[in-house]
Amino acid sequence: MEHNTYLYILVMAGVTYLVRVLPLTLIRREIKNRFIRSFLYYVPYVTLAVMTFPAILSATASPISGLAALLAGIAAAWFGRSLLQVSVICCAVVFVLELFL
Amino acid sequence: MNFPIKTSLRRGMRDGIPIMLGYLAVAFTLGIAARNAGLNAFQAALTSFTNHASAGEYAGLTLIAARATYLEVAIMEVVVNARYLLMSCALSQKLAPDTSFLPRMLIGYGLTDEVFGISMAQEGYLSPWYSYGAFGVAVAGWTVGSALGVLVGNILPDRAVYALSVGLYGMFLAIIVPPARKNRFLCGLIVVSMAASALFAALPLLSELSEGVRIILLTVLLSAGAALLRPVRDEAEDKEGA
Repeated sequence: MEHNTYLYILVMAGVTYLVRVLPLTLIRREIKNRFIRSFLYYVPYVTLAVMTFPAILSATASPISGLAALLAGIAAAWFGRSLLQVSVICCAVVFVLELFL
Repeated sequence: MNFPIKTSLRRGMRDGIPIMLGYLAVAFTLGIAARNAGLNAFQAALTSFTNHASAGEYAGLTLIAARATYLEVAIMEVVVNARYLLMSCALSQKLAPDTSFLPRMLIGYGLTDEVFGISMAQEGYLSPWYSYGAFGVAVAGWTVGSALGVLVGNILPDRAVYALSVGLYGMFLAIIVPPARKNRFLCGLIVVSMAASALFAALPLLSELSEGVRIILLTVLLSAGAALLRPVRDEAEDKEGA
């Protein structure tokens, strides 16, 4: 089957927009179901964790620099660095380490 | 309810500037991912202008690169962006009850983690104009950064591209680690998620699954498991998840 990039983008944008806008426009009351609320609460953490590891190890030329970036990123985030700072620290670790590896 | 348009708009734009700068850098790495998925600069900018969701875009691009079906992409976007359902619910309580349909639709369009954060921090009801200002500035960084990632990603040496590629993972860590520091269960859940993901990628039969299927499967299973083991208790915890 032939796939069209613009159709992909349309599907992504359409679905993402619906997810964002439906509760805001339709559901005026709070979600009462405890299981659904809990499930949705945990979703971002699990998804982002699963997406980060082990993928970060193969994102760089050497898995060692990927691992170093992961550890540096966790440490920076743990000690309250901002989104931008954590991001830059991870980049910097790889950039410097791969000079030597 | 009437808000002072000019003041709200200007305040929103001012608060949007640091977000724009962060997005510029992060979107650059998304642009590199977009280029790897075979998108050109215009397509990458279009993706970012219409989606502006880091994890959602990254997941979508991964599937585009794998030539997945449109249905798989749609399911993936629902799962990866599910957190916006909660944010959208929370934000609906922040709007004046008489806010009409059009502002609600526009505010929904501009709902990102960071814009959500600064919006909820506003005193009293949220002025739609504040949202428009913040998001208008922020999405510019997101869009331009993505296009630059595709264009300049070609010129940069491999080492620089590798370095920038981990920027996105750094951003994910910046989102999930701080709440985990305050919540031991969440911390354990993240460790288990990463371990399970590595296991799925390494084990003989399971590693045959595409990355997209693996992400969906693990997210649904582990989030449901966590919800059963440790149901969320109160509003305060929901807000931490933002």
